[in-house]
Amino acid sequence: MTATIWLRALAVAFVAAMLQVVIVSSIVVGGGAPDILLVAVVALGLLRGAIPGAVLGFVGGLVVDVSTLGTLGVTSLVLTLAGFWAGRYGETTGRDRRLAPLLAVASITLLAGVFGFILHYLLDEDVVARHALVTALAPAFVMNLILALPVHRLVRRVVGEELRAEPSAEVEVLV
Amino acid sequence: MPVAPAAGDEIPLETWLHWLAMSRQRGARSAALGLTVRRVPTTIPSRNAGQLRRRLVVGLLVLASLVLISISFRSGETGPLSGVESAGATALRPFAVGLERVAQPFRDGYSWADGLLTAQSEAERLREENRELLQRAIQSEFALQENTYLRAQLNYIDSPRFPADFNPVVAEVTGRPAGAFTQAIVIAAGSSDGVRLNDPVVTADGLVGVVTRVTPSLARVQLLTDESAAASATDLRTDATGIVRHARGTRETLVLDRVRKEDVVRVKDEVVTAGWRAGALSSLFPKGIPIGKVTSVGQTDTDLFQQVQVDPYVDFGALDSVIVLVPTDRR
Repeated sequence: MTATIWLRALAVAFVAAMLQVVIVSSIVVGGGAPDILLVAVVALGLLRGAIPGAVLGFVGGLVVDVSTLGTLGVTSLVLTLAGFWAGRYGETTGRDRRLAPLLAVASITLLAGVFGFILHYLLDEDVVARHALVTALAPAFVMNLILALPVHRLVRRVVGEELRAEPSAEVEVLV
Repeated sequence: MPVAPAAGDEIPLETWLHWLAMSRQRGARSAALGLTVRRVPTTIPSRNAGQLRRRLVVGLLVLASLVLISISFRSGETGPLSGVESAGATALRPFAVGLERVAQPFRDGYSWADGLLTAQSEAERLREENRELLQRAIQSEFALQENTYLRAQLNYIDSPRFPADFNPVVAEVTGRPAGAFTQAIVIAAGSSDGVRLNDPVVTADGLVGVVTRVTPSLARVQLLTDESAAASATDLRTDATGIVRHARGTRETLVLDRVRKEDVVRVKDEVVTAGWRAGALSSLFPKGIPIGKVTSVGQTDTDLFQQVQVDPYVDFGALDSVIVLVPTDRR
């Protein structure tokens, strides 16, 4: 990744984080709100790979934690793993699949919800499992899916797509 | 002729190189015989380096997150990170305020369109309520005069009263944490505006929550709908007291907990903050801040207390600005 692409990707993560904090978190439909930062980080991971995905997830999460005066590192940890996983998926099985953004957003939304719940529980915060994992997560899941493709296209337009030439472990040539 | 190495064999580097050189020189004869040739990729070192780099980067980021969580969680308000976080939040504030201003016309448009749907029924309800409130205001005025006179006679010492004993600091809501784990808002007023930890926060409709974190220019407010928030409250009509907290599993419903079975609470009763005082200790919330209206009352033989559900006056999902109550006589 060139410096220009890194700057663009950082700008995408920053804008998505600020949008999430200022606007998107207050759009509550059916008890849950979408997570545009998570969707953007998944898109960045899919398009640019695991390392950029993890780094941009960390940065985006840190912006959220700082601007909401929350416990530093909580959102960063969740989004680092989300970006990394999306990047690995994009580099391997998700490569060239049309539905990869949808599949990645769907599975990562669920995993991030469960992981976030466990993390907050470990930090001794009062979180009701039914609310966090059903009441709020179900609408968030649907809304994230709705956002997945438009956000993916938008992010691709801004940061482009990494041309991957990762070699296979071995090639068997039959002649 | 060297034999092609099989997967899992321990092979010296020389053998690899020799075999690679030979396999590239494979002639037409071996091709014609249909021999399977296993070509070993020449990029193994770079691939391994890539894997290592990936693991190293994600490992470092996870470690950094865990360190941040540990320091931030353990040290709280006074830790080494609070200054950094405060400076970061201040630096991000212009972006948040700018975005908020861009979004505001859309929010207003949505509220206006949403209000149109219920405008007629809402107007009728408000007219009815206005008539009722007018009668109550006249009665209250008489009661207030009598109360003031009797207090003066008794030299009665009371806890701070709302709103007379507080300076209002009006602040814009600039952010909300993502996810369903915390019910909080960030407001654009901080210690430089006189805001301190545990100051009550209200709107014109009623109680919103309490300040749980303060920086010079921003403050974090824990909403009453957060799982760990609570406020002592009383039924305005019957004086039945209890603790208002979030109803588990819901987003914005409250319950008036710990109401004794012999106390009388009825549907549509108004619930306000109790504002108690016991020696040097007093409630965080002054007496008389509206919280909500009782929507259901129930009790079972096995429960020790009544189950009172309260519909809050404040729409916690549509908070644009709030009022922080800064005590005029801060002790």
